[in-house]
Amino acid sequence: MNLPPPLDLLPILAEGLGVTLELLAGGAAVALVAGLAAGLGRSLATVTWLGEPPRAARIGRRFAYGLSTAYVEAFRGTSALVQLFWFYFALPRLGLSLTAMGAGVLVLGLNTGAYGAEVVRGAVQAVPAGQREAARALGLSEAQILRRVVLPQAALRMVPPAGNLLIELLKNTALVSTIALTELTFRAQALRAETLRTVEIFTLTLAMYFVLAQALAWGLGRVERRLAVGRAGGGS
Amino acid sequence: MNGAARSELWDWGYAREALPALLDGLVVTLEATVLAFAFALVVGLLWAVLRRSERRAVRGTARWIVEVVRSTPLLVQLYFIFYVFPEIGLVLSPLVAGVLGLGLHYSAYVAEVYRSGIDGVPRGQWEAARALNLTRGQTFRRIVLPQAIPPTIPALGNRLIAIFKDSPLLAVITVTELLRQAKLLGAEHFRYLEPMTLVGLIFLVLSLASSRLVRRVERWTGGLGWAPAQRGTTP
Repeated sequence: MNLPPPLDLLPILAEGLGVTLELLAGGAAVALVAGLAAGLGRSLATVTWLGEPPRAARIGRRFAYGLSTAYVEAFRGTSALVQLFWFYFALPRLGLSLTAMGAGVLVLGLNTGAYGAEVVRGAVQAVPAGQREAARALGLSEAQILRRVVLPQAALRMVPPAGNLLIELLKNTALVSTIALTELTFRAQALRAETLRTVEIFTLTLAMYFVLAQALAWGLGRVERRLAVGRAGGGS
Repeated sequence: MNGAARSELWDWGYAREALPALLDGLVVTLEATVLAFAFALVVGLLWAVLRRSERRAVRGTARWIVEVVRSTPLLVQLYFIFYVFPEIGLVLSPLVAGVLGLGLHYSAYVAEVYRSGIDGVPRGQWEAARALNLTRGQTFRRIVLPQAIPPTIPALGNRLIAIFKDSPLLAVITVTELLRQAKLLGAEHFRYLEPMTLVGLIFLVLSLASSRLVRRVERWTGGLGWAPAQRGTTP
């Protein structure tokens, strides 16, 4: 395939794009799990439930709150690149060696998840207390209230900010190039060293990230609109 | 390296040895953070004002610049400035290139903060300024911005913390800031655990302390009335 310059660089860069997308998907999956777990852990302790919960539940909640808060503060308080280096360079000393891909997915996911936890917490706390009271009056159990009443309403509010986080995650995937994973940015760097066509390479790379981010934003906008159909006050 | 002394899990002696070099790195980190923030405050204001321009082409261009800068990775932007600028005859030191890249990236976020502040100024203020025959420049300088900016101070503070947390990226264009110091130390002694952990702790302590400070400022400025909603969209 012979494309005119600068497009001849595109196929080589596109090979890295696949790895970037893998990082994005893997990171998003980890972030979803970590964000939901930590977000619920933090919000359940602060939401005032009706009636007095059993002692074991109270202790469990306090423990979940402490653990989630420590996680969120630690990952929001340091930078993603420092976390990546720590997991990749320092963690082997403690007996856990990760591949570049493993460290990338884990750190990107945990980092985004820490911000996601705050999104989840905000959304859960925004569900009016009357909803829980009404569910209680209908005889639903705590677990049912959470699953059937609180979470479906909270989920709607989570979508727009979670979409922003996904785009931040996409941008952060470039960081993994610093631990020698051949994703898009690493390809660009390698190509620069090889061909010295610096302007073309980095302009194309920026354009690829931009198009990807715009496509994500467009897709997320559609999801948001679809979810908001027939609901008052959703999607905001 | 002396294997016997360094075989334990955490070596306090090594950690103590590493600290002075890390503090040297921290000085560079703070320098870069403050300079980049100053740059972002000025250039961000430029974007925000241009987005309110009466000319459609100017508005549109400013909007696109902000959008492109915001939706591409800072790391690639740093590479762009560091490697492309010399080709057009502009050779920058790593620190200058880093400050420029960091500042430009965050100018887009700062512009959004200013924009929410400007949007929060009631329409009547613009109309009154026009009725008083003020020029557009005077309206911005004397009427709109003095009301728009104070309520955004907490949000701007959060951007400052975000710049601080993104400053380790300058390590990749060979600025010897905090993270690069740790990496150099680790490579030299074949031990990354102590310097990397210390770097993480330094970042954690400083950013937690500054977040607390921002929250306090928020409470002070909270009484300014129509403080516009600041939705933190980004880390």
